[in-house]
Amino acid sequence: MVKPTRVTNSIRALRFGAGEMTQAELADRVGVTRQTIIAIEQGRYSPSLETAFQLARVFGVPLDDVFQYPEE
Amino acid sequence: MSVSFDEKVAWAYLVVAVLGYAVYLILLGVNGPGAYVPLLIGTVVGSIVANILARIGISISNPREADKRDQRDREIKVFGERVGQAFVVIGALAALVLALFETPWFWIANAVYLAFVLSAVVGSIATLVAYRKGLPAW
Repeated sequence: MVKPTRVTNSIRALRFGAGEMTQAELADRVGVTRQTIIAIEQGRYSPSLETAFQLARVFGVPLDDVFQYPEE
Repeated sequence: MSVSFDEKVAWAYLVVAVLGYAVYLILLGVNGPGAYVPLLIGTVVGSIVANILARIGISISNPREADKRDQRDREIKVFGERVGQAFVVIGALAALVLALFETPWFWIANAVYLAFVLSAVVGSIATLVAYRKGLPAW
């Protein structure tokens, strides 16, 4: 029943690139809980488009650098 | 393992639902079916009080995260409630059929109560699975 999302992300790498930003700090900046950041990083949750753009904005990169979708 | 406020509340809801119904069945077995009305009311009220106390306890144990929820918490809550509500409908149908056949009130009340318990149990299990494994992709 539960299908894992095919969307992958580079949030973990981006956090380390941004001065080892913690999950808690990132969560505060986009207005979600730390558990949600963990779930997004592990591919267990696909955030809304709104939150996806906010994540990209925090790292100052385009959306494609944060989330990737595999070719068919 | 990091657990959000709503996930802890879902755990408490599951434990209270199972324990509450277990206590009801044990007391019913001890006192006999004739005593079911006060026992049923007592365990329902007891479960509500236990849930409120659990919620307060969870809030006190981590005040910073108390009542903090985001889009994921809300989506999971809606999912869990929808799964649970299927059993409320089943309970209503069971009560309808039992009433049509003029089954004793004992069975009608107990069928509805069991459906409420199943709704709480299955709904909170669905919630907890969604927290751990992710929401199903449609």
